[in-house]
Amino acid sequence: MSTVLVKQPATRDSIEVTAPPRRRTAFTPTAILVLGAVYCLLPVTWVLIASTKSNADLFNTFTFAPGGALFDNVAGLSTYRGGIFWRWMANTALYAGLGALLSAALSGLTGYTLAKFRFPGRTVIFNVLLAGVLVPGIALAIPQYLVMAKFGLTDSYLSVLLPSIISPYGMYLARIYAAAAVPDSLIEAARTDGAGELRIFWRVAVPVMRPGLLTIFLFQFVAIWNNFLLPYIMLGDDRKFPVTVGLYSMLNLGNTLPALYTFVITGALLSILPLIALFLSLQRYWRVDLVAGAVKA
Amino acid sequence: MDGATAARKPRRRTAHRLVPYAFLAPAIVMFTLFLLAPIGYTGYLSLRKVKVEGLGLGRGSRREIFAGLENYRQTLADTELWRGALRVLGYGAILTPVMLGLALLFALLLDSRRTGFRRFSRISIFLPFAVPVVIASLLWGFLYLPSVSPGQHLLRSAGLPEMDLLGPDLIVFALANIGVWGGVGFNMIVIYTALRAIPRELYESARIDGCSEFQIAVRIKIPLVVPAMIMTTVFSVIATLQVFSEPVTLRPMTNSLSSTWSPLMKIYQDAFARNDIFTAAATSIVVAAVTLVLSFGFLRAVQRRAFAGESQ
Repeated sequence: MSTVLVKQPATRDSIEVTAPPRRRTAFTPTAILVLGAVYCLLPVTWVLIASTKSNADLFNTFTFAPGGALFDNVAGLSTYRGGIFWRWMANTALYAGLGALLSAALSGLTGYTLAKFRFPGRTVIFNVLLAGVLVPGIALAIPQYLVMAKFGLTDSYLSVLLPSIISPYGMYLARIYAAAAVPDSLIEAARTDGAGELRIFWRVAVPVMRPGLLTIFLFQFVAIWNNFLLPYIMLGDDRKFPVTVGLYSMLNLGNTLPALYTFVITGALLSILPLIALFLSLQRYWRVDLVAGAVKA
Repeated sequence: MDGATAARKPRRRTAHRLVPYAFLAPAIVMFTLFLLAPIGYTGYLSLRKVKVEGLGLGRGSRREIFAGLENYRQTLADTELWRGALRVLGYGAILTPVMLGLALLFALLLDSRRTGFRRFSRISIFLPFAVPVVIASLLWGFLYLPSVSPGQHLLRSAGLPEMDLLGPDLIVFALANIGVWGGVGFNMIVIYTALRAIPRELYESARIDGCSEFQIAVRIKIPLVVPAMIMTTVFSVIATLQVFSEPVTLRPMTNSLSSTWSPLMKIYQDAFARNDIFTAAATSIVVAAVTLVLSFGFLRAVQRRAFAGESQ
């Protein structure tokens, strides 16, 4: 013990004395990392370039040689079947935006309640929710379809929106976040002041939990946008499609109508631009550490 | 405690006791309607079948009856389901080690003091996370097409034979590549976060003892991120078992993918193309059960640690 106490300041001194200048950047590790970055940017770069190509150029010029048809492609896509592409984009914003908003709200309230109240049945409810995390979400889409079909709700906006709201993982995260971020003393103080419980949640807990809730919103937004199977089986009317299912249906038609390929590519570009913008502008809220935090070593 | 508070207390107590249940009600209702009910109903359907009477024409000739475990026997005896499971296993055996190996490598490089372009690389490698799987498959699908692919252009100009990435031999690698591309960034950040949590002093003392950066990575960093690696592995295995969007999106571009390539595609095919929701229900239960068994043991193990600091 005493040796450690003596040794530590000594080591620190010696480091300060010899303080090595910031290490030079090494070539090989940097090259490997940049190569990884290039690999990840490759398809995104390609779609930027490919959407400038006409249909003939697409299959006949070098992969990364740009063309001059971007505006023609966007215009063509926008008029395809009365501009249905933009309807798909609006649908996606509705499914993912509203779905994630409701999901974050529900997760926040549930997580806060599970973290901050002591009541009979709490452990049971939490364990059932936790089991829900383990239920494979994608495999659930067909069972959800069967129930929706029973109630005649398939092929409606609600059939995609409602199942997207429930997120056991979001609730699980919100509980962890609420337990860590909302001090009991703050809740007690508000109670002593006579504030109602709903008001305490809204005025005291939500502001403190906001970064965590925004993270849940973003991850649920991506999850809904990513969930292809659910809208694919629920919807028959292509006017209700999200953009993923819409572009897939166009790709399928491409076999007989090759002219659609450039529209599909231009559509793919336009559909990921908002997501990339959201991703870059809200970078600090993509808290993977929070998502992974449940199992931090 | 004065008299006034004591008198007010009982009423507030009762109200207060009901508050958590009222707050949980929306979640419980939603959870029941969209999670428990579908599972229960699927379980029910998996035990039913349609009995056709007479010629199967006219009303009332088709009746739904109790089938016992017949659907399960049928689905487990279906060789196409097993072949699908094997294909998915092969796909996962390529995807998981490559993706997690690269994720670990990139995380270590991000954490190293001697690497440049770290911010640029971190954002670029995480960027595919923001691209939906269907769009990712679509982009890669085009890049695989011989007339579009940059690799084929280079092979052609070098006078070498082209490789058909969408052919029957390479399609599984083509699919795995889409998974690697989409997942490497997310897993890299998970591991990188675990690396950042390691106290820096550990490295300093190792350096004083003469360890090279490489030795520090192998002897100190990797052993300490094993828990994070276990978690990412399990999530990745669960995801590969349910692979659906990638092969479905590539299907219009290739003949190498059958409509029952993965177990989930088989369920879809049974339910919607063959209109046999009973077999589809039984297969769904089997796939979900296998996934649950795989992940449950794991989550039990980590759950204890996650909530160690919070009283139950």
